[in-house]
Parts: sequence; C-alpha cells; structure tokens
Amino acid sequence: MTDPVELVRAPALEMSGITKRYPGVVANDHIDLEVRPGEIHALLGENGAGKTTLMNILYGLARPDEGVIRLDGKPVQISGPSDAIARGINMVHQHFMLVPVFTVAENILLGDETMANPIFLDRKESSRRIRELGSRFGFEIDPDAKVGSLSVGWQQRVEILKALYRNARILVLDEPTAVLTPQETEEIFDVLRKLAAQGHSILFISHKLYEVLEIADRITIIRRGKVVGERIPAKTDEADLAELMVGRAVELTVERGESHPAGSILKVTDLDVTDDRGNAAVRGVDLEVRAGEILGVAGVAGNGQDELVEAIIGLRKVAGGRIELAGKDVTANTPRTMNEAGVAYVPADRHRFGLVLPFTLADNMVLTSYYRPPFAHGVLRDFAAIDEAASAGIAKYDVRAPSPNVPAGTLSGGNQQKLVVAREFDRDLKLLILDQPTRGLDVGSIEFIHRQAIRMRNEGTAILLVSAELDEVLEISDRIAIMYRGAIVATVDGRTADKNEVGLLMATGGASREDDGPAGPTGPAGVAGATR
Amino acid sequence: MTSSTAPAERSVRSRIWRTAGLPILSILLGLLVGAVVILGSELLLPDHTFDWTLPITAYRALIQGSIGSVNSIINTLVETVPLVLAGLSVALGFKAGLFNIGAQGQFLIGALGAVTVGVAMAGQPPILAISVATLAGFLAGAAWGFIPGILKAVSGAHEVVTTIMLNYIAISVLAWAVSGPLKVPGSPSPITHDVGNAALPILVGSTGHLGILIALGMVAAVSWLLFRTTLGFEIRTVGANPDAARYAGMRPKRLIVLTMSACGALAGLAGACIVLGVTHSMTSAFGTTVGFDAIAVALLARSNPVGVIFSGLLFGAMRAGSGLMQIEAGIPPELIDVVQAMILLFLVIGPVLTRVLRLRGVSGNLGATETITRTYGKEAVS
Repeated sequence: MTDPVELVRAPALEMSGITKRYPGVVANDHIDLEVRPGEIHALLGENGAGKTTLMNILYGLARPDEGVIRLDGKPVQISGPSDAIARGINMVHQHFMLVPVFTVAENILLGDETMANPIFLDRKESSRRIRELGSRFGFEIDPDAKVGSLSVGWQQRVEILKALYRNARILVLDEPTAVLTPQETEEIFDVLRKLAAQGHSILFISHKLYEVLEIADRITIIRRGKVVGERIPAKTDEADLAELMVGRAVELTVERGESHPAGSILKVTDLDVTDDRGNAAVRGVDLEVRAGEILGVAGVAGNGQDELVEAIIGLRKVAGGRIELAGKDVTANTPRTMNEAGVAYVPADRHRFGLVLPFTLADNMVLTSYYRPPFAHGVLRDFAAIDEAASAGIAKYDVRAPSPNVPAGTLSGGNQQKLVVAREFDRDLKLLILDQPTRGLDVGSIEFIHRQAIRMRNEGTAILLVSAELDEVLEISDRIAIMYRGAIVATVDGRTADKNEVGLLMATGGASREDDGPAGPTGPAGVAGATR
Repeated sequence: MTSSTAPAERSVRSRIWRTAGLPILSILLGLLVGAVVILGSELLLPDHTFDWTLPITAYRALIQGSIGSVNSIINTLVETVPLVLAGLSVALGFKAGLFNIGAQGQFLIGALGAVTVGVAMAGQPPILAISVATLAGFLAGAAWGFIPGILKAVSGAHEVVTTIMLNYIAISVLAWAVSGPLKVPGSPSPITHDVGNAALPILVGSTGHLGILIALGMVAAVSWLLFRTTLGFEIRTVGANPDAARYAGMRPKRLIVLTMSACGALAGLAGACIVLGVTHSMTSAFGTTVGFDAIAVALLARSNPVGVIFSGLLFGAMRAGSGLMQIEAGIPPELIDVVQAMILLFLVIGPVLTRVLRLRGVSGNLGATETITRTYGKEAVS
C-alpha cells in the first residue's frame, strides 16, 4: 500500500462477507461490496434481493450475523443511524424525510440548528450557510422557500443538501429517480456527477437498467441475497444486466404487436373534477378509449391523473361533464356499479386502496366480489369457493406465497401487485384502468404485468393506463395522452412518440406551443389536442 | 428443539404465544404491581407489623372468593355477564375501526329501557315480559349507539368525543327518570318498582341467571357475524382499511351507523342483564363502571369475541373475589381497579414491553391502539 495511486484508490467503503439471516431466509449471503472515493457505484437488484437489508446494515439499523464493514480500510461497528451519519454515511430515502411547512434552511438544519444564542435560531446565518453550500455543489437554492412549494426534483436536492451539510462522504440514494421526470433525472445526474468529481462516494440503488448504465462507474448486481456479478457500463448492456438480476433471460420490451381497436368503450367529455380541497384538478378533459387498445396517460404525478381516474371509477364526484361506458351514461356511478358493469381498476397505491394488508390473500382476492355468488350465498360467505378461486388466481398469476391463507402484508411488493392483478384481470372486462401498475416493481414483475395487459388488449379489453413512468407509457400504449395541470395538452401515437418531446410536454404542458404539439398525423381524431 | 414436533403443531403453538403472550404478561405484571401497592399500603398503617406475605394472603383470598366454591364460581359468572356483553360492544367497535368509549352510556340507557318496560310488564306472563324487557334494553342501547354513528357518518364528528358527551347525558337521563317518572310514589329514596315477572330466571345456584346464556349466545352471534357473513367482512374491511373498503364498493358511512348501533345494542343488553337479572329495580345510584371496564376487557381480548369470554371472566372473577379479599386480608376492593388499570397500561405499551423484555415471537401491537389514536377519514393533505 505504498503506491500513492493505490492509496487514493483504497475503497472509502468496503463491506465484505456480509451475511444476515432471518428465520427461514438468508437475506444477505456473504455479500462483498466496495465503493471507492469519487465513484458512483450502482447496486442493482430486484425487490426482495436483499438491497434493503444490506443498506439497513450499512445504516446501523440491522446487525450483520457475519462480515465486516470497513471505512477507509478500518473496520467499524455501526450502532445506528446517528452513528452512521457521524461516520459520514448518509441516506436519501425514496420517500423524502422533509417537513413540508418548513423552509429549505429549516429542513436542512433540523437537529443541528444554528443558534444566535441559547434560545433563538440564527436565521440569517442559516440562510447564508445553505446558500453557500448549494452554490458549492452547483445548484442555486432559495434557503427561505417552503419545502412544500418546491417541485419533487428540488425536494430531492434538499435531501441531498441535508446529507452534504452533515458532511456526508458516502451518499446512499434509494431509487432516487422513481418520482422524477426525464429532465429532472438528467439534472439530478449532473448533481451526482459533480459530487463524485469532488470526491464523494455515491451508492446508487436502482432497478432501472438504462439509468444505471448511464450514471454508474461500476455496477454490483445482487440476486437472492448473493452478489451475482459486477460490471462496468462500457462492457455490458441492459439484456446482460437484466439476466443477471432476474436469473433468466428477460424480454425488456414486451412485443406489443398491432392493435385493432373496435368500438368506443370509455368516452369522457368535458370532464371537470375537484380535488379534496375543492380546487379544480381535472379541467375539461375529453378522452376516448376503444375496445382493444391501450390509451396511456402520461404526466408528472399530481397533474390531475388521480382525480381523473377516481372520477371514472366512481370514487370521486364529478363537478361537470360526462362519462360514458359503452354508450351508457355512468357519470353518477359508484365503485360497485362500475365493477359490475365490467370495469376493473388496479389502483396506484396498492397499500391504501388495492389491498387490506392484514387480511389473507383469499380475502383480498374477493375484495370486490365477496358479496356475490359463488363467494357468498345470501349473507353467508362460502369459504370453499373463496379458497378455490384464490388458489387458482395465485397459480395463474404466479403470486409467490406459501398459501392463500397468509396475510397479504407478508408478500413482497411485486407479489402483492400480482395479487391485485389476479383479482382485477381474471374476469370478463370491458374496461381496465391501470394506475401506476408497476410502481416500485422489479423487471420480472413489470414484464409480467405488461404482458398480461397486452394479452387483455388483444382479447378486446379497452385499457386506460395512467403512469408517471414515461418509459412504461411509451412501451405499451397504442396512443398517449399527455396530462398537464388537469388538462390533456396533446395526444400522440404510441409507436412514433419521441421520449424527449413527451417529457417536455409533461414538464411544461407545451406552453410555448400554439398548435396541438406533437399530435402527429397518426393521432386518432376525437382526442387530439384537447387543450382548453 | 425436537424434530418430532410437527411444523403445523408448532405454528399453532407459536400463533397462540404470539397473540396471547402480551395479555398474559400484562396480567402477571398487573398483579405484581398490585402486590407492590399492597406492601406499600402497609407502610402507611400506624402500629402495623409489616407482613411480607400479605399480597399472597390477599391474592389467595381473591382466588378463593372467585373460584373457591360452587357459589363463588356462580358469582364470578354473574359478574362476568355484563363485562362480556359490554366488552363485545367495544371489541366490535374496534373491529370496525371505531373507538366506542360510550359503552357506559349505552349500558345505562339499556338498563333504563329494560327497567322501564320490565316494570310496565311486571304482571304479564314471564316469557312475554322477559323477552320484551330484554329487547327493550337491546333497542334502547342501539338507539344510544345510533346517535354517534349517524353524527359521524353525516358530519364526521369523532365518536370518542360524541360518545363521551352521550355518557354524561345518559347519567343525567337516568337520574331524572329514577327520581321522576319511574320513582315509586312515597318512597323515601329514588327507586323504581320491581320488574316482577320480567326478572330473568335463575338457572344455577341462587344467583346464576339467564344472562349467562345470553352472553354466550352473543359471543357466538358476534363471531358469526364478523367471520362468517359478508356484512362482517365489510365491517372488518372498513376497520382495517377504509380507503380499500370504498374502492371495493362498500359503503363505510352506512357501516359506521350500523356498527355503532350494534355496539350500543350489546352494551344495552349488558345493562338489561343487570337490572333484570340482579337488581330487579333501579336506584339513582345505579351505574357500576361496566362500560368503562369493557374497554379493558376488549383490549385484553385483542378485540376477539371469543377472547372476550376469557378477559371478561378474569375481571369478573376479580370483582367476585374482592369481597373475601377485604374480609381475609383487609385489602379494599379498590385494589382491583389498580390491577385492572395496570393491566391496561401494560397492554397499550406492548411494543415497548416486548422490546424491553426482548420477547421473541410476541406481537406487541394490540391492533386496536391505532383505532384509539386515529381519526377516521381522509388526511387533509393528499
């Protein structure tokens, strides 16, 4: 270790032989991982592969059964998050740990306040320090802005600044781009590159292959608790990474084939919907989904998609306009009548809407049909029929669970979503509404759900796909409607759409554009350019 | 670990330990604190030789007085009946995500309804008088539960606030009725007439009345409702996840009104069983704390209807045995309240308890504690 180059190259963080066993499962099986100073190191793995356990061990939230953690070559015992922070390890969580009503400065200084005297905060000094910190890393941030008023991308930067303020040398980012637009993702990547150039080590956790290839210097892939490979972006590609991650060859783009749209199933005319606070969330939306096609609604989260879907499904009252299902007016519908009319809905938040986590898989399987035969006769539930249907659905949709009688909360995210899909897909449907159907899922599950959606389309179901994940919308939609501030600003053909153009429309609504934007000549009539 | 133990058997045992571990631990710790209180109280007595074994004497008398003889067992059962019924009321509320702190008020109004109709029907044939008077208690309680239910469904008023207020109103209504319209004319103290033929028949011993069977029947009925019927599935879904219930096409508001009414009916039945089975008339002093003890009963049972039998029996036994404890050890019956409160305290700090004592495989989460602290409805910020 006398070679100075070697010294510089010594890993900032080295985890070797990390093993963590939980009853019945080895979450981490002799994992080796090293991150060098100034390196962006990606940790790639499916949900349940052991990424979270490993990070919990690094952050002191779990104790490894075996193995050593070394910082700058010295073995350390990390006793808890505060200890980890004191040692320069910081984590930016997927769900931000910010107080929305506090300013940027207040959030960053929380727990480490700058005091003018023992009683009062020194606001001026705080602001100055935050401003300086921001400019040092190349982003000008207003320290006095309320965090709640910032965009998601900027909130994330506040999280990163918070870590840097605490002298983070090793920054762990857990799925940082899950909530960002393509443009915001690019911007955050620039920030990360700058940090790395200044000597910070970055551990980037993700399951998005192309991102990892773009940002990482090195990639460690784990599967079922074991390291299955280490790659350098220049010498690998998405197919290689996906195969390592899933353990088998994965088709990254599902063959969507030709769509043969038939008659109109869902017709929304001039729809207005208000949000919980009474503000207009959906403004004059017109859209149509025909049998046998997938209409994708692209938009940054919070642009009225939730309210649109809730209005269609009957969970939210309509303020104005009309909703028709196969020619019948269903504007004053309820979730029950819509369900009975052949509408299925895979909700964005499976924990809040899709599942009752303490209930068994079987109970969740009949959550929307529990009251009708064969699952109930009169007021009495028929448990034999319920179990039978649950077992069949679990087998058909490959839900990995020990039995239909375990609580849904014990399943991994991917399997929970498959359970929702099994319940919603497996009956005669006219319209299928998919709201963020693959959020937080791994490649294998995403492939599965996309494949099922395409199958449903080919069988003649009309599908409305709402997603903030632009790639998903581009991948399986036949047509794409872009939603911005409650309105559909453009509709484009799903096969010829340009990612950057759609991304720009999502971010700005195409404000500078006077025409219908990229609603190309292939955009079907009736929905294109519904800007009001 | 023996390899011969079948995994299924082991998992049943571990499931029992998981759910019953915390209640059992809380009971033991509650009794322990009770013992410390007994010892401490000795120090306050002048001219008293300190007796280390006094807690043992006291607890022995408590056990003797509750299960020591056939008669004491029957007394325990009679004490248990209202606790089980009111405990079911609170447990059913928890299952629906409602904190029915108003069991006490529903209990009082149920008792009032039963005694009013019972007195009116005192001369009718027993079968008619008993069934109509019992039904009156049931319906009066249901009406008292309906009020917070409809208030919550219509205006979102939290049931904890409304039921507490209704408890006070119930106390006042009862005092007015007993000293006014129901008072025996010319009687020196406010007391109602006897319920006569509406009194519940004695089945065993000298006090074991029909209420014992009513309580058991209600446990079976509530279990059946919750776990066998579609309505029970709806109630449990609303309790576990109101958003998912709406998504699934259920109607949470309707279910809240229905469940609160059913809670009231069960607590009302508890009141009916006391006036028709034990006191046979009502004074203005009527009003044990059955409705409040019921909260402890339900929590100790983890809101499980069958569990309510066991926790009801425990508290019933302590009530029944407290008399002998006072005679033999000189410990006032109020000690029971201390023990009961301590059990409740240990239950609700379950997560802390299981961590401090490093108990593996015991669930420290009571399941109902979220209900106690949660306000139903959508968060203000989406």
